[in-house]
Amino acid sequence: MSQSYNRGLIEDFGRWREFSAGMWAWIFHKFTGWVLVGYLFTHIAVLSTAIPAASQDPATLAAGEDIYTTTIVTLESLLLVRILEVGLLAVAVFHILNGLRLLLVDLGIGLDSQDKSFYASLILTGAITVASVPTFIAGAF
Amino acid sequence: MSTQPPQQETDESTAETSAEPETESTSPGQQKRAAQKRERANASAQRQAEADAKAKADEETREIKVFRYDPEVEEKQEPRFDTFHVPFTKGMTVLDAVMYARDHYDPSLTFRHSCRQAICGSDAFFVNGRQRLGCKTQVSELDEPIRIEPLPHQDVVKDLVVDMDHFYEEMESVDPYFDPDETPGNDLEEQRQSRANREKVKMSTRCIWCAACFSSCNIAAGDNQYLGPAALNKAYRFAMDEREGESRKQERLETIEQEHGVWRCQTQFSCTNVCPKDIPLTEHIQELKREAVKKNLKFW
Ligand code: HEM
Ligand code: SF4
Ligand code: FES
Repeated sequence: MSQSYNRGLIEDFGRWREFSAGMWAWIFHKFTGWVLVGYLFTHIAVLSTAIPAASQDPATLAAGEDIYTTTIVTLESLLLVRILEVGLLAVAVFHILNGLRLLLVDLGIGLDSQDKSFYASLILTGAITVASVPTFIAGAF
Repeated sequence: MSTQPPQQETDESTAETSAEPETESTSPGQQKRAAQKRERANASAQRQAEADAKAKADEETREIKVFRYDPEVEEKQEPRFDTFHVPFTKGMTVLDAVMYARDHYDPSLTFRHSCRQAICGSDAFFVNGRQRLGCKTQVSELDEPIRIEPLPHQDVVKDLVVDMDHFYEEMESVDPYFDPDETPGNDLEEQRQSRANREKVKMSTRCIWCAACFSSCNIAAGDNQYLGPAALNKAYRFAMDEREGESRKQERLETIEQEHGVWRCQTQFSCTNVCPKDIPLTEHIQELKREAVKKNLKFW
């Protein structure tokens, strides 16, 4: 019969303004999950290359001059790393809180309030992140 | 201001005079007619602009922007939005508004509808960014201009009409009919259901096959074979019906737990949000997931 018209991408992420709570929760959960995976591997790569390089000499260790220690100290002295740490905390906290929300959804508990529990996860994440800023940024300047 | 393009061959007056506007619009190849049509179109666009301006000035109107597309008419192969100003009346629904536009401004405006009371499921549209039933959506509740589009994730056949074949296929694939293990010897004997069991499946029986949920589902859009919320809800309706019996229930669970079944659901709640019959679709899908797990994990 007549050919039909496919409206392509406009139907999907182009319409992000129209997404509802559950859709945002899903997007954020996927995003934070993969950020955590990415962080985990970077973390392993950095530490596993720094550890064998650590000096066996107690004197160097005491002076805090072995490569492991200096690697960490250098990283922590960068403002960018401090900011990324705050971001990592935010991502982890949201993933955990929304993960608990998803657990409830899987158990069929409180499905009528799924949007509220998403907003609660967001607000709590925000609060915890803001509260963590002094700790993470302390001594960065 | 009217945004009616001049090619629009119909308006109120031509609608009354031309006996068969349908045939006209489906045979654009005939040159003489086309020339006549263009002449008429200019005049009619003029008249329509006037009528539109008048309607706007005269009475309380609502502005609707309607998606237009028709692969069989050259001028409409490129999709666009047409603006209409419809006189507002108390209680007016989106369906009333597009019907008014069709009856008074442009008879070629195409959409499905029948019952006008949220029973037949023909008129699910994408209204102001959300899947809604035209006849169940009050114009007064919407921001202007009201954008009316065909359901996303379904191919558009013409204007607001989408191809429903795929949706119906998914619905049929879960055997959407009562099919008990044993029927009473006497065919006329009633097959009674307990009140509690009726209550359990009550919401799931309300589906009107409108495809609003299917269209809203991001997963169904990405996985063409995914059964989708409506079909899974149908499966739930019968799997949970105690009169069907245990072995039929097991079969039904096998259908829904296959690769493109319940496990595709990512609990985005889009379907539950848009269902015009307020069916808790996500809840039903989640319960089917748990039933499927229980069926496969038999430690007790
Ligand atoms: C207490 C900690 C955590 C909780 C409660 C949690 C919870 C969850 C849940 C429930 C899901 C499933 C979402 C769905 O239904 O689609 C999920 C997905 C995911 N999680 Fe976590 N998670 C946690 C920690 C982590 C960590 C540490 C990582 C990374 C190393 C991670 C990476 C992911 C990824 C990548 C996904 C998405 C998988 C997919 O694409 O479907 N999660 N998480
Ligand atoms: S479940 Fe609701 S939204 Fe989906 S087809 Fe049925 S009535 Fe329409
Ligand atoms: S016209 Fe029948 S459901 Fe709207």
